[in-house]
Amino acid sequence: MMKKFFGILLALAMVLSLAACGGNGGNDTPATNDNPPASADAAQPSGGSASGTFKIGGIGPLTGGAAIYGNAAMNGAKIAVDEINALNSGVTLEFQAEDDQHTPDISVNAYNTLMDWGMQVLVGCVTTGPCIAVAAETYNDRVFTLTPSASSTDVISGKDNTFQVCFTDPNQGTGSADYISENMSGAKVAIIYKNDDAYSQGIRDTFVAEAASKGLEIVSETTFNESTKTEFSVQLTAAKSAGADLIFLPMYYEPASVILTQADQMGYAPTFFGVDGMDGILTQPGFNTQLAEGVMLLTPFSADATDERTQSFVSKYNELYGETPNQFAADGYDAVYIVYEALQAAGCSGDMSAEEICEAIISVMPTISVDGLTGQGMTWSSTGEVSKAPMAVVIKDGVYVTP
Amino acid sequence: MEFLSYLISGISLGSIYAIIALGYTMVYGIAKMLNFAHGDVIMVGGYVSLVAMTSLGVPSVAAILLAMVVCTILGVVIERLAYKPLRDAPSLAVLITAIGVSYFLQNAALQVWGANPRMYASVASGTLKLFDGQLTIPYVSLLTVAACIVIMVGLTLFTSRTKMGKAMRACSEDKGAAQLMGIDVNRTISMTFAIGSALAAIAGVLLCSYTTSLSPTTGSMPGIKAFTAAVFGGIGSIPGAFLGGLLLGIIESMAKAYISMQLANSIVFAVLIVVLLVRPAGLLGKYVPEKV
Repeated sequence: MMKKFFGILLALAMVLSLAACGGNGGNDTPATNDNPPASADAAQPSGGSASGTFKIGGIGPLTGGAAIYGNAAMNGAKIAVDEINALNSGVTLEFQAEDDQHTPDISVNAYNTLMDWGMQVLVGCVTTGPCIAVAAETYNDRVFTLTPSASSTDVISGKDNTFQVCFTDPNQGTGSADYISENMSGAKVAIIYKNDDAYSQGIRDTFVAEAASKGLEIVSETTFNESTKTEFSVQLTAAKSAGADLIFLPMYYEPASVILTQADQMGYAPTFFGVDGMDGILTQPGFNTQLAEGVMLLTPFSADATDERTQSFVSKYNELYGETPNQFAADGYDAVYIVYEALQAAGCSGDMSAEEICEAIISVMPTISVDGLTGQGMTWSSTGEVSKAPMAVVIKDGVYVTP
Repeated sequence: MEFLSYLISGISLGSIYAIIALGYTMVYGIAKMLNFAHGDVIMVGGYVSLVAMTSLGVPSVAAILLAMVVCTILGVVIERLAYKPLRDAPSLAVLITAIGVSYFLQNAALQVWGANPRMYASVASGTLKLFDGQLTIPYVSLLTVAACIVIMVGLTLFTSRTKMGKAMRACSEDKGAAQLMGIDVNRTISMTFAIGSALAAIAGVLLCSYTTSLSPTTGSMPGIKAFTAAVFGGIGSIPGAFLGGLLLGIIESMAKAYISMQLANSIVFAVLIVVLLVRPAGLLGKYVPEKV
């Protein structure tokens, strides 16, 4: 009985795998093997030499506590995909987004689902923890990976196929310390960070190092972790009694919003300074946005920028999803354009396998320069790190403005 | 001044633990079972009051009353459906059932209200400023301490003076004998759950007002801490739960401020171990030898 069952199972598996083989490559254009080397000016989309249909996968938290990031990045990516498809440049992009709930194992499952779908390039993951897990898989499988927003160096270190759109944690820590020492000289700084989180810890480490070299005074440094993220009276009292007038919060907006509310409850009103994880605090349900007035944060994207491209993106996003896009949406949008430019520069065609595309793109990434919403003239080192300038914004009347 | 601030935050945190611990200790004292779902009833109380205040727009006092009513019904229903059929089962079965109920409530809340944490507007916003703003005490802390003392005194009077309270103590001492004396044991136990759950609703509102955020797992950590507090003070003893909760809050706050942020929870539980080694029945508990 058991034997017979296995026999049927095996037969079924064989039939299915044959069917899968037959289904592949039906509508692909023939390979153009003698592509000329990529033109130097890859920033011109129309001058490209890629052709065919490419399957791009996206992974991010679409549900759960970090859903705001994943949905924004994937929505932004979809807008870019539609824009590129509308160009009729010979390149068509197919995009599929999978949910990872900000959990590494689920993220790897999402990656496997996308590979079964036939993904050739991965735009993801959105958050750091899952991205480290998935990047290890894509490194082994040789799939080109471009993360919109996972900012830890652990995501790219030792992996030649993983690149970032956002700046790395060390960059954010250094950038924040530079900005504070240049623009708010004499500030007494307190730091509250989450010491069981690679993102928070990474930014804090470089911030402290840069603060020491710039002579910035850190008067109090306190921590919290996953199980103590709801109660900050001790941390805030320590900062207050040390006379801190600026509190640096290298963390996501969710604990930050609790800190702002509890500080207000204590009657303590220093300047709060956050990093890109603070983005989203204004759309937190039930949060009194009055409390975020005057909060400063480092972000590469501001929805009220006046350039034409940002304006058109913001209005499209508003129309489709009914809200103002945050930085993650812009990161997702840029990620798709970067993949597009890289495919053009490397002269890829739609019938190439994920491995072939990966090797081709890796070799052109350090040579291209892309103008995006999150930075002009973004370039990459071969380690995967992006080079662009961070920008500080302050929250006024519920919107980001440049100080 | 710094020390005073830490002491105050310890006392207000401790008072919340104490109110939760009172619920644990009542149920344990009378029904002789550990109701691990207590922490999650707190979370439900928090959500009910939040929905009442934000979506229905009722004033905070009415929201608290509504949360108490909903939690009381929930507590009695849980008791009726999950614990009553196990009245004669081994205590381990009841314990595991309680853990099951706890997970059920958490996941039900996840379905109904989603995983995203909600911000909770305090029922008593504002701060009392003393010594030129050197020392600030949130009004919600004052409210918590006052509520805690009122509840403790009220429960003590209730169990010692009223007929129902006497029936509860009789059940606690010997269920069989109490039944022979004409006490309706099942009704008494249901009543205990009703009171414990109403307290959980108050604790939920105060906890959320203090921490200003609410998620489906909000109740689990304070639940465990309050259980610790109840054991610390002597489980089954009402003044013991009060003392245990208060001490636990102060130790936690001081450990965080002066020893180590990371080790604060470890220190809290280490103190518990030491106390239990020296006084196995807890600080105010009576040691009753098991008759074999």
